[in-house]
Amino acid sequence: MRSLALLALPALMAGQALADAPDADRLLRLVHQDCGSCHGMTLKGGLGPDLRRETLADWDAEGLAWVILDGVPGTAMPPWRGLVTEAEARWIADYLLTGEKP
Amino acid sequence: MRRALAALLIAVLPVAAPADDLRGTGDLGIVIERTTGSVLIVDTTERAAIVRVEGLGDLSHASAVFSPDQRYAYVFGRDGGLTKLDLLTGTIAARIVQAGNSIGGAISDDGLLVAVSNYEPGGVRVFDAGTLEPVADIPAEWDGGLSKTVGLVDAPGRRFVFTLWDAGETWIADFSGEGAPVVTRIGGIGANPYDGLITGDGRLYIAGLFGEDGLTALDLWQERPAPRRILDGYGRGEEPLPVYKMPHLEGWALAAGRFALPAVGRHEVLWVDAVTLEEAGRTATHGQPVFAVARPGGRQVWVNFAHPRNDTVQVIDTLSGEIVHTLTPGPAVLHMEFTPRGHEVWVSVRDADRVDIYDAATFEKLGEIAAETPSGIFFTARAHRTGL
Repeated sequence: MRSLALLALPALMAGQALADAPDADRLLRLVHQDCGSCHGMTLKGGLGPDLRRETLADWDAEGLAWVILDGVPGTAMPPWRGLVTEAEARWIADYLLTGEKP
Repeated sequence: MRRALAALLIAVLPVAAPADDLRGTGDLGIVIERTTGSVLIVDTTERAAIVRVEGLGDLSHASAVFSPDQRYAYVFGRDGGLTKLDLLTGTIAARIVQAGNSIGGAISDDGLLVAVSNYEPGGVRVFDAGTLEPVADIPAEWDGGLSKTVGLVDAPGRRFVFTLWDAGETWIADFSGEGAPVVTRIGGIGANPYDGLITGDGRLYIAGLFGEDGLTALDLWQERPAPRRILDGYGRGEEPLPVYKMPHLEGWALAAGRFALPAVGRHEVLWVDAVTLEEAGRTATHGQPVFAVARPGGRQVWVNFAHPRNDTVQVIDTLSGEIVHTLTPGPAVLHMEFTPRGHEVWVSVRDADRVDIYDAATFEKLGEIAAETPSGIFFTARAHRTGL
């Protein structure tokens, strides 16, 4: 019985990890369609700033993820915490910085 | 499967159609397909797409105005593209890329000038509606350089009115004389005006503010319009909610003597008395309103909402201010457009790749059209309405 539980545990953990893994399709749509409301569908900027890779050269992924999660007070950039997880914010930051799906 | 079917339906539409048969254009319109840079020309009587036209560039946040004869649509793309589209032949009659980053446009009351509002370079550029040749360039210069411009509308007397997001000014460009336009600058509009509207009589221009709790009205019938703050402090000092999509004031709603305006950062539609400009009530809504559009005639106001509550549309009864119906068309409802007399309303559902058509009185769904990530819907009746 115990060995069964031990067997089940890794499977459970794998399942959990899968559930938490960022959904690339959803996030790509979010970035281009919804972030795009202000930053442009091609991310070259609109009411909000240009988010293309070359423009973000001075940023690191961690800092960018915090901006996504907490917004920029005093500007139109809202906090996305609650709508995206920390892992998803990091995924978006990596995507913006590399131009490729992480 | 549904998506695949929709894709098939899209694929069988011809990409160009000959104008062999005589027809009018008063019941035509266009649907913007934002991701693919294409538009559908649609027939509101048949509730059908006629033809898809491709090659209009980046159409995210695109909008359109129409020539007075309702034959041509001028489509304003995000990438500075200005495309003159022939609705009868389903072809591009002229196209220019006039700036790097743009946000809407307007056509003069005589139908001879088309103006485009630009973020990059900030300002307004004006073109000949026939040829799209440049007529005037109005850089939005202020202390901080060039301001992004928003809320560009036409006003009677061959004028355009627009607002400077960075500078908090509204400018009136008067093209009624010979030569260069006469530009009147009006300061003190407020912090970060995000959009503007003009009433159908051409009298009132209202700028919505993102950076302050209120809106600013200008009486364009005055020799020297002075800013008047309206709905000042409508947030009552409460912390606004995060705004995931800016509201739009185009498609303003004047209904039974009151304007309906979307609140910023609140789940509310605000009502303003059209004569006194004092607050005349509020309606609590499902989410943060993006568009609050009056059914022609003003009997109801239809409202859609910002991400993430954007699968829903609510209908407000104008007399009572109560919500009388709630629809959930699907993921990412971006825009609503009424047929000219207001008997039907078309609703774009971006993430379902679909435009839904509803009976505006019974709310019954009458049909749907497959469209690739549809956003703005524009019918030719706009040609004959100031500010649209």
